[in-house]
Amino acid sequence: MIGVFRAAWIIARKDLLVETRSRELVYTTLFFAVSCVLVFAWAFVREGKPIDNASAGVLWVAIVFSGTLALGRAFERERQSETLRGLLMAPIERAAVYLGKLFALLVLMILVEIVLVPIVALFFHAPIGRAPWLLAGLLVVGTVGFAAVGTLFAAMLVRAQSRDVLLSIVLYPVTVPVVMTGVQGTAAIFAAEPDFGLAQTCLTLLIFFDAVFVTLALWTFAPVMHE
Amino acid sequence: MTSHSRLVPLLLGVAVVMFAAAPFVIDTAPYESSMGLVQRIFYFHLGAAMTMLTSGLVCGIASARYLAKRSASADHLAYAAVELAVLFGTMVLVTGPLWARKAWGVWWDWEPRLTSTLVMYMLFVAYLLLRRFGGAGSEVLSAAIGLFGMALVPFVYISVNLWRTLHPKTSVLPTLPKPMLVPALFCLAAFLILYWALLLIRMRMEAARAEIDAAYLSLED
Repeated sequence: MIGVFRAAWIIARKDLLVETRSRELVYTTLFFAVSCVLVFAWAFVREGKPIDNASAGVLWVAIVFSGTLALGRAFERERQSETLRGLLMAPIERAAVYLGKLFALLVLMILVEIVLVPIVALFFHAPIGRAPWLLAGLLVVGTVGFAAVGTLFAAMLVRAQSRDVLLSIVLYPVTVPVVMTGVQGTAAIFAAEPDFGLAQTCLTLLIFFDAVFVTLALWTFAPVMHE
Repeated sequence: MTSHSRLVPLLLGVAVVMFAAAPFVIDTAPYESSMGLVQRIFYFHLGAAMTMLTSGLVCGIASARYLAKRSASADHLAYAAVELAVLFGTMVLVTGPLWARKAWGVWWDWEPRLTSTLVMYMLFVAYLLLRRFGGAGSEVLSAAIGLFGMALVPFVYISVNLWRTLHPKTSVLPTLPKPMLVPALFCLAAFLILYWALLLIRMRMEAARAEIDAAYLSLED
């Protein structure tokens, strides 16, 4: 039996390899995220001027929506060819399956965010160059929190009926604190009078959320995926 | 479950008497000058809210127990608790705005307690939807939601508190004088006794349903 992290890395690498060959998730998720932003731009930008403080919310809603899409598809793939059973039967810790899936998803979502942030900046005049590291920190740490819960629920729902609908229903209430804190921190950076102290507090809080969510998810994953 | 067969009618009887007496007990409370009659919604609002919180806690603990031990009765308890949490939560969300309109001048405010209650309520509804439409094996999935739901509440509270620092509110929740405290506690007790009775009934229904399902399955085999 190999170590948890090594097994997780092998699973993540397998997912990323499948993805680099098909590029299905990157393209579809990215297109969806960009069209989300465009819809918001049509709704919230009037005569070239976006409404106040919309950019942070738009950015996070686009991330969350596209993340949900990627989550559903990432596990649909495992279900279609019954490979999830293979993963669960492998002589590794269940936690490794969770961590591997989570890591692959994070790589994908962060790739999407790298494209998404400049687009939001373009349409909503968001000053992304003001505190780039703090912004990147908020986005990465917030995405970890969202994906940690999302991976758990998407895995759980693989065999459920009407799983796509149920994933959104379950995911959004549970990720409220992450999204709320992320929007709050990002808005503090983008505001006309930026409040970096508040953004830093949000970042600390998000790290705390991540620790709790990942711990809880690791604890729940094994009993839930038990067949 | 048979041991509860005498307890349930007793609890229900006590609850009926207490709810019948509640208007008279509430009437002993002083008339709040600025809000008038509307203030009296508060006595039922508090009772329903505390019952909803209790139910959420019961569901979280039962869910954790179900995930760890897989005992069917823990699952029945969690399911019953969530249904009742939605029932009492609906009462909270209806009576709350009625009170707030008079006290704060708005129906709703994104204040920590309100937001965390709403998110908790949404989670309970999501639990029921998952349970209803998730198909086979949904009791394990909903147990995970129950567990996350319980862990989530303090975080929602913290995150909204942080949010609130940008939007300070001047309204202060009134601190209770004694003549108001007695009816409030009386109503709370009435709600909790009713809750206990309903919970036992609902658990018994769930156990019966599980028995019928098992009987059907054994018949098919």
